[in-house]
Amino acid sequence: MPEFFEQKQIATPGDLLAEGDYVAGENTYIEGKKVYASRTGLVEYNNKNVSIVALKAFYIPKPGDMVIGTVVDVGFNGWTIDLNGPYQAFLKPSDVLSRPFKPQKDELSQVLGVGDLVVAKIVSYDRTHDPQITVAEPGLGKITRGQVVKVTPTKVPRVIGKKGSMISMIKQETGCQIILGLNGVVLVTGKTPEEEQAALLAIQKIEEESHTTGLTDRITQMLRSEKSKRGAVKNE
Amino acid sequence: MNDKPERLIDKKGLRLDGRKPDQMRPVKLEVGVIPAADGSAYIEQGKNKILVGVYGPREAHPKHLALQDRLVLKCRYHMAPFSVQERKSPAPSRREVELSKVIREALEPAIFTELYPRTMVDLTIEVLQADGGTRCASISAASLALADSGLPMRDLVVACAAGKADDKIVLDLMDEEDKLGSADVPVALMPSLNAITLLQMDGKLSQDEFERAVSLAIDGCKQIYLLQKDALKAKYKNVKAEGEE
Repeated sequence: MPEFFEQKQIATPGDLLAEGDYVAGENTYIEGKKVYASRTGLVEYNNKNVSIVALKAFYIPKPGDMVIGTVVDVGFNGWTIDLNGPYQAFLKPSDVLSRPFKPQKDELSQVLGVGDLVVAKIVSYDRTHDPQITVAEPGLGKITRGQVVKVTPTKVPRVIGKKGSMISMIKQETGCQIILGLNGVVLVTGKTPEEEQAALLAIQKIEEESHTTGLTDRITQMLRSEKSKRGAVKNE
Repeated sequence: MNDKPERLIDKKGLRLDGRKPDQMRPVKLEVGVIPAADGSAYIEQGKNKILVGVYGPREAHPKHLALQDRLVLKCRYHMAPFSVQERKSPAPSRREVELSKVIREALEPAIFTELYPRTMVDLTIEVLQADGGTRCASISAASLALADSGLPMRDLVVACAAGKADDKIVLDLMDEEDKLGSADVPVALMPSLNAITLLQMDGKLSQDEFERAVSLAIDGCKQIYLLQKDALKAKYKNVKAEGEE
């Protein structure tokens, strides 16, 4: 039963990855006994499971996911939220107000306006209905400060790193708080804009070089040299 | 400028631009050329220069175009007014509307449309310079742009034309051969699956000639397929090289 690629080699859509008794994992599909790639990415063989870690993809909602969305429309009975993916989510007012919603009394646009960012959780989604989200949980809600950066959703695990090594390193080196939306939107809040900028640069570098090895070390190095540069400016 | 050449193939068996009958024009492919688009590609095939942008999948606009069971691919093939010798009106012509449809139908079999119902993908093809065989070059570039956007695909779609000029079957017709030659057969192919997604014929060919033209076009497709794969990988390979210094 042959495998036609090496571990972590780049494959493109249509590449024949394996033939025989294999299971088609993520970003692959099976036709007869042949497993083909359906996205550009790095091939992974795991026993009989063949999958691809996509280098570019878009976000498909999953109930329970924490995401960061942008308000794109204020309607009569709720908000439409853009999740950086094909489907726009709906947010109910009772979740935001934490009390029953009275259309006569409450002006929705004063609570959340177009362009506001919210940290939210997916409540429900299937292919026949647009996702529903909620902010009625601790840690969720409107974002008041910080900066956001977008990465390809499939690279979020890379930003977290092995057992959170990457993300905790960035937090430590920059002193920023980082909230990772699974839809690929990342919120960075720090004490100074410079700190935030450093963290954003690091995350952008991860996005660009996610498929290379020894990334954590390089990012650490980069952050440290940035830090010493900033230190030098301050001391002048 | 518009002097008609006496013959399309000279005594040595070479074509107007010095190619052999079974030789393609040089092809250059690039991916990710439009940062604002979700996916993009640029192709140069001989004097053809075509830019393709992909937006989506996203909510369908206007909403009534959305389908409940699958994704809608919206395709616009457009030639820039300066893409040909005589200024072309920028309004979509009959030919462009038809080519938009033909290109869409050549690409759709490669997309898992059933995975993303109620959404739409906008595909914009802009021909900056035309020199025959733009539909084929557009398909090759468009499938690359779709793959670049992260849309799952069964295979890349490649297209190439073959035809007949001066009673000889030739590969990858250019403008003069298309206009003065006697037949043109564009073929679009998903090479890994060995499936043809577009097959047209314009002109007259015997059955034997037709079969030779199709197999020649398929050979041409396979050459471009390798370039397509390289172009997709090149986007990430460059980064890899930098990162490992």
